[in-house]
Formats: sequence, structure tokens, C-alpha cells
Amino acid sequence: MKICVLVKEVPDAAVEKRIDPVTGRMDRSGERNLNPYDTHAIEAAMQIREGGVVQVEEIVAVTMGPGSATRALQKAVSLGADRSVHLTDDGLAGSDVAATGYALSRALESESPDLVLLGQQSDDGECYTIGAVVAEHLKMPSLTQVIKMDLAGDTLTCERQAEYGYDTVQVTLPAVISVGDAINEPRYPSLKAIMGAKKKPLQTLSAADAGIDPALVGAEGSRVQCGEFKDPPAKPAGEIIEDEDTDATVARIVAWLDERKLI
Amino acid sequence: MADVLTYVLHRDGAFNKNSLGAVSEGATRAAEVGGSCHAVVVGGDDLTDALCATLGEYGATKVFRAAGPEGLAQPVIDVMDRVISEHGHRYALFGGGLLGFEIGAGLAARRHAGVTMEVTAVRAQDGELVAERPILQDSKISVSHYRGELGIIIGRINAFEIRKPDAAVGAAEVIDVAVDYSPWSQRARMVTRGEQRGADVDIEGAEILVAGGRGLGKAEGFQLAEDLAKAFGDKAAVAATRAVVDAGWYPYAAQIGQTGKTVSPKLYLAAGISGAIQHKVGMQASENIVAINKDANAPIFEFSDLGIVGDLNKVLPKLTDALRARKAG
Ligand SMILES: Cc1cc2nc3c(=O)[nH]c(=O)nc-3n(C[C@H](O)[C@H](O)[C@H](O)COP(=O)(O)OP(=O)(O)OC[C@H]3O[C@@H](n4cnc5c(N)ncnc54)[C@H](O)[C@@H]3O)c2cc1C
Ligand SMILES: Nc1ncnc2c1ncn2[C@@H]1O[C@H](COP(=O)(O)O)[C@@H](O)[C@H]1O
Repeated sequence: MKICVLVKEVPDAAVEKRIDPVTGRMDRSGERNLNPYDTHAIEAAMQIREGGVVQVEEIVAVTMGPGSATRALQKAVSLGADRSVHLTDDGLAGSDVAATGYALSRALESESPDLVLLGQQSDDGECYTIGAVVAEHLKMPSLTQVIKMDLAGDTLTCERQAEYGYDTVQVTLPAVISVGDAINEPRYPSLKAIMGAKKKPLQTLSAADAGIDPALVGAEGSRVQCGEFKDPPAKPAGEIIEDEDTDATVARIVAWLDERKLI
Repeated sequence: MADVLTYVLHRDGAFNKNSLGAVSEGATRAAEVGGSCHAVVVGGDDLTDALCATLGEYGATKVFRAAGPEGLAQPVIDVMDRVISEHGHRYALFGGGLLGFEIGAGLAARRHAGVTMEVTAVRAQDGELVAERPILQDSKISVSHYRGELGIIIGRINAFEIRKPDAAVGAAEVIDVAVDYSPWSQRARMVTRGEQRGADVDIEGAEILVAGGRGLGKAEGFQLAEDLAKAFGDKAAVAATRAVVDAGWYPYAAQIGQTGKTVSPKLYLAAGISGAIQHKVGMQASENIVAINKDANAPIFEFSDLGIVGDLNKVLPKLTDALRARKAG
């Protein structure tokens, strides 16, 4: 079977994320990295391959993003993907969730995957929903937040926590599954894998190559316009204690609780 | 005319609170833009005429009922797609939770609509609805305007208050819809739903909650939290994040957050919790929030009243000792 993993390049966790006041879009400067949630999706693909229940012919990392996003693809390859696909086009910039999911689905369609895996969320977009959009366009069943998967033939048994507790759901492949971060502990890439990543095939697709209707993507093709950014109501900053001498810290906590009659 | 369609989730003959909030919100906002609020329900025999009609108390004038599987998103997308194509709703509105995210996003794909998630406020502006959504770890608020025929609004959990407007119609009209489910919707099957994992602990009555996260390191780490709760006395209990519940370290019944419980104790003491939005939404109404985290940049410090930057393995045992000593002396 073939597994496609959707990965995204995001600002490094240490970089403060902000909106560029001029463009009204996410500031894309600064250190960037593979979305940490996506490493769980790659690991899940690797575990299916190594589990031996089915034969996995290929794991393909797919991203949509600017030129720099190739680094996220290389990271994905160093973690186990065999090759990668980079959908990149000026016309895609400014796409909202629905437009991004549509564009990705077009890039995925030509791969005909048996399973599409995603992370639970992107660190910068925090939409949790690309998977659901992609699945509708591909006409595949879909679940998000999956923390356990068992494959038998073309039946994938998934567990996830929903509104009322844990649900167990069976889907028939092909399917789109976004995995929760409790599903596994991603491995670290070996030095050899990092060095070798640049040599693995990387295919670049324009919007036209992927058969994307330009009227449905980009800022113009998006049906949501976000803007008018404002600050949330200010909340007085809390008191902070740096714990250097724990006895003194604890004395301060107790005094603080005491003042508020909490003990 | 700008009608609003909401989806109402249910289980065992009872509607979900966040869905009722969505109906109330939908009715209020629809009135502001000259429309009505309708609801969609999908499920089995427990969706009786009488039960469905009660949605009228929250402001829904019509309830579209379809027989179908419960707890899965894509069959609901099929139903809403059908209802919207026949009735031309201008907005679809969902309360917080998990299913609403999946349905709302899938519906956006199906009907080429705009979607905004994690919405904390909806308002009418120039005859249209606009949605406010916090972004970048709640450090900014972004406003969504919709283009096209349909705008989809997915609320953050607890964002929409349950209201019974005076002008509500009383009983809603119940309309059955027969839907041919799409082939891919039929390729998912619920095996077990709503399984409760771990002991059935009660945390909702507690005045003090000591909450533990992944920073406790392992299941046994929860002993530190339990010892501290015990030292606080019998009004204290232990709570947890989803990360540790998913890992099997602590029972699901103790989980706080989007897919867990919402609490507002007098004191919420978080140990080894990063403060992800989905956790925050379940505890931000606590009267006093104390956080212990070794990472000075942890988001939880943005909304705690007292933050301790330090190792919980050092702080918790000594804090427990100090409270015990006070009691003894
Ligand atoms: C749709 C959806 C629904 C969700 N529902 C929920 C929900 O209901 N409830 C919920 O909680 N989450 C929920 N989540 C998950 C949420 O996004 C976070 O992943 C989760 O809350 C993180 O849990 P945590 O804080 O325990 O772990 P982490 O985020 O890993 O944080 C652990 C923290 O411990 C600190 N730490 C580590 N060691 C120490 C030490 N020795 N001393 C002090 N500090 C230490 C670290 O600095 C870190 O900040 C949901 C997510 C999604 C997408
Ligand atoms: N531009 C993108 N390219 C590829 N995958 C993406 C992109 N944006 C989001 N994803 C995938 O969708 C998941 C959820 O992202 P989001 O819905 O933005 O929170 C991520 O973990 C990725 O796996």
C-alpha cells in the first residue's frame, strides 16, 4: 500500500509568532521547522510499515507552502518518508483552510494513496481540520485525533477521544486519518538519514500541474476573509516566582494561598 | 433572509450542552440578520418527536431529523448538505467539541464555503454575521467575514451560552428527511462509543483541584499530585490533561478541557501542564490559578495568577510537607 503524509513547515516553537501588520498574514520570517505534530503522523506510517501486517510500498511526504518548505520535506524524509511532493505556487498564497485542503487534495489525487495521515494540528494555523476538508474532496472516510490504529486487510480500527469518552471506529481504506500526539513517540532521525534526505526524490508541483482551479485558491479564492486583528481584553499579569531556593518558594506559595484563604 | 442551521449532537436521548448553546446563539444571531434558526439531528429512535420539539425552547423553529449513525461526522455532512441545498441557509453554526469541527470543515469542502473554528463571539454587522476567533495561542483576535453563499462558524467549547429566549416558539416543527448517505460516509462504522477509561472519579464538586500533566513524567508521578490534594484536605481532588489520560496515566473522568470536564474551583493548581488552549477552555473560569512549570515560556503562565518556574519534583513534595505541617501545628 501507499501512505501519503501531509506535513507543514511552521515557525520554530522558540520564535514568537505574529501577524505582519502590512500584509495581515502570518509573519513567515525567522527560524522555521517541521510542524512537530506531523512527526507523529510520519512515525505512525513507519510503524505500519515496520508492523509487517501489510506491505507498505511507499511513504510520500506532501506539503503545500513556499520555497523554504522543502526543508520540512527533507526532515520528513529523514524521519522515514521515501520521497516528497512540494506543491508551491504564488497563486496559493493566502489560501484559507478550505482552499488549502482543496489544493492538497488535488496534489494527493494523482498519488492515489491508500491512506493519508496528518498531524492533529499545525503549530501556527491551529485549525485541526485540514484532514476533514481533504477527505471530502477525495471522497474518503475520515477521523481526526486518532490515538490508536490497527490495520487488518483494508479495515483500519481507530480509537479516539470524543465528546462522551473514547470511541472505537472502523473505517475501510482508502481513508484520511489525522493522528493525535499521544499515538506514538516519534523517533529521532539518524545522522545517515539526515545526510541522505537531500538525495531522495522531491517533486515540485505548480497549481496547474496539480490540476487546481485557480479560482478556488489563494486569498481571492478563499471564502473567509480574516483581518481586523485586535488584542484580547487585557488580564493583569500574574505573579511569577523563579524557584531558586525551594524552601523560600514554598513559603511564598503558602503565604499567597493564605492571603486568599485557600488553606 | 439569512437562516442559520445548527447541528445538535445527542447521546442516549439527551442533547449535548454545547449544541444547545449553539441553538441559542443561532436563534439570537439569526434574529439580528432577519432569519430563523433551524437544527439538524441524526440518529436513532431516541430522537423522538417530543425530544426534538424541545429545541424550540432554545429558539429553533424547525428541526430536520434524519435516521442515521451517531457519533460520526460524515453522515451529518450528508444531511446538512441536503437540508442546505433545499432551504438555502446562509450560515451553519456548531458548538464546541470534536464532531462539530469535523462536520463544519467537511461541509465547507462539500459546499465550497468559508469556515472559521474556535470562534468565541459572533455578531451581526451590516446584515451579515462576522465571527471572532482568538489566534496565536490566544494572543490576538482575528475577525472573519464570509463570502459566497454559506458561512460556517464552529464555536469554541463553552463559548455559546445556553439561553431560552422569551420569544422562543415553544415546540419546534419536526421534519423528517430521508438521505442517501454518500459511499464514503458508509465506510466508517462505530464499534463502541463513549467508553469511560479508568476509575469513575468525581472532580466536579471539588473546591481545590490539583491538576497534573505530562510533566509528572509517568503514571506513578500522579502520587505527588494525590499527596498534595490530600494535604489540602477533603475538598480537594486530582484532575488531569488529555495527554496523560490518552497515555493511560490517569482516568478519563478526571480530564479537564475541550473533550473533558469544565470546572471552576476556588483553586486550580496545575503541575507540569503546558496550558494548551484545549485544556485552558475547561479551567479558565477557576477563581485562582497557580501553575508550576519548569519552562518559563509555557503558555499556562499567560493565564495564571501565581506562576512558579521550577521543577515540580522539587516543589510539590515540599509544598505537601508545608501544608501537612500547618495542619498538624
Ligand atoms: C480537538 C482536541 C481536543 C483536546 N481536548 C483536550 C482536553 O479536553 N483536555 C486537555 O487537557 N487537552 C486536550 N487536548 C490536547 C491539548 O492540545 C494538549 O496536547 C494537552 O493539554 C497537553 O497536555 P500537558 O500539558 O499535560 O502536556 P504538554 O503540553 O506536553 O506539557 C507538559 C508540560 O510540563 C512541563 N514539565 C515537564 N517536566 C516538568 C517538571 N519536572 N517540572 C515542571 N514542569 C515540567 C513542560 O515544560 C510542559 O510545559 C485536545 C487537543 C485537541 C486537538
Ligand atoms: N500547507 C500544508 N501542507 C501540508 N499539510 C498541511 C498544511 N497545512 C496543514 N497541514 C496538515 O494538516 C494538519 C492539521 O493542520 P491544521 O488544520 O492547520 O491545524 C497538520 O498537522 C498537517 O499534517
